[in-house]
Amino acid sequence: MSNVFIAFQLNEDTRPIIEAVLADNPHAIANESPAMVKIDAEGELVIKRESIEELIGRDFDLQELQINLITISGHLDEDDDEFKLSWLN
Amino acid sequence: MEIDLRTVAIKPLRHTFDHIARRFGDKPASRYQEGTYDIQQTDIFHYRPMWEPELQLFDKRRTRIQMKDWYALKDPRQFYYGAWTIARARQQDAAESSFDMIEERGLADIVPEEIKQIALAVLVPLRHVEWGGNMGNSYISAYGYGTAVTQPCLYHAMDHLAVAQYLTRIGLVLEGPDALDSAKDAWMTGAMWQPMRQHVENVLVVQDWFEIFVAQNLVLEGLTYPLVYDYLDGDFSANGGTVISMMTRFMGEWSAETAKWVDAQIKVAAAESAENKALIGDWVKQYRPLVLAALAPIAQRAFGDQADTVLAEVTAQFNARCSKAGLTV
Repeated sequence: MSNVFIAFQLNEDTRPIIEAVLADNPHAIANESPAMVKIDAEGELVIKRESIEELIGRDFDLQELQINLITISGHLDEDDDEFKLSWLN
Repeated sequence: MEIDLRTVAIKPLRHTFDHIARRFGDKPASRYQEGTYDIQQTDIFHYRPMWEPELQLFDKRRTRIQMKDWYALKDPRQFYYGAWTIARARQQDAAESSFDMIEERGLADIVPEEIKQIALAVLVPLRHVEWGGNMGNSYISAYGYGTAVTQPCLYHAMDHLAVAQYLTRIGLVLEGPDALDSAKDAWMTGAMWQPMRQHVENVLVVQDWFEIFVAQNLVLEGLTYPLVYDYLDGDFSANGGTVISMMTRFMGEWSAETAKWVDAQIKVAAAESAENKALIGDWVKQYRPLVLAALAPIAQRAFGDQADTVLAEVTAQFNARCSKAGLTV
């Protein structure tokens, strides 16, 4: 199966997002580069609004991801609660 | 000449302050963690406070609640000064634009007279209750222990001033400066407000800071805010007073947000030990009837025949909230 990935700038805003993503996707691997984190995952990667909200203690709109988003690979399925990357066969 | 560009990843030797690393491990810490944990001064108190020589300047014994770690009382909103001011500035902008619109278009003139009188009689004198909330929470941040709880209490104290200012502006918009004088009169001498004034003044002289937290932030606010900014506000909107709802929007939002924080404190403190749980439960049982008695004449003025039903509903919701926080009340 192929990998999907998502890369964020590494800053105060993205740290809880990355933490939430890694907690929700145990198969995902974070690769740290200078000022950037690329998260690779086999098959599928899910970002959940609820897990991020729990970490930051306020309401979170998944569109806020875009501010610090560098790139993604995979087919994107996005709604109010989840931001899901996968390769649909 | 050929230039090779390459990236060099420099690993920082340490990611945060030592005292934060001792708690959470050496990894990047959030601003909230850095601005909150283990900030409370704990050592080297040369001088005892002259007004209370049996205790230290900052002393855990100023409340009967006992915690192994006072930093367990963390704020789920993760407010440090920056986050708090940014959140409030946003709300202030929204409120300001509502007030601007109401003043520019003279919307206050279309509020039905009866609704306007209820708003003047019930909302405006509440600003004096808010001042009590400010005093109580300032006391907690002065005499409480552990930055995790004293910090948000100071924010909470300042928020009470904000609410008092909004209530003042409601009086100014609806009637002008005279509204404030008559509200002060009602607070000082009006029969409807005397039980509430007595209660607020009694809480002003409570010594145990966690008791103030329960009496003020949980019980008084937990009963008053839903009554006024949920039920009464609903009545206003249903009867042509939407303009007033526009002006109380901050209070509605703010009380929902702060209730989460208050519940989190109560939950953690009550879960710490059976003694804490019993103590907080007793405080709730002590203050709940006092607040309900103080609210009765106010509810009478606001809801007429419906007063008892509304108060009973508010009480039932409050009790459910307490049970959810782990209290037996």
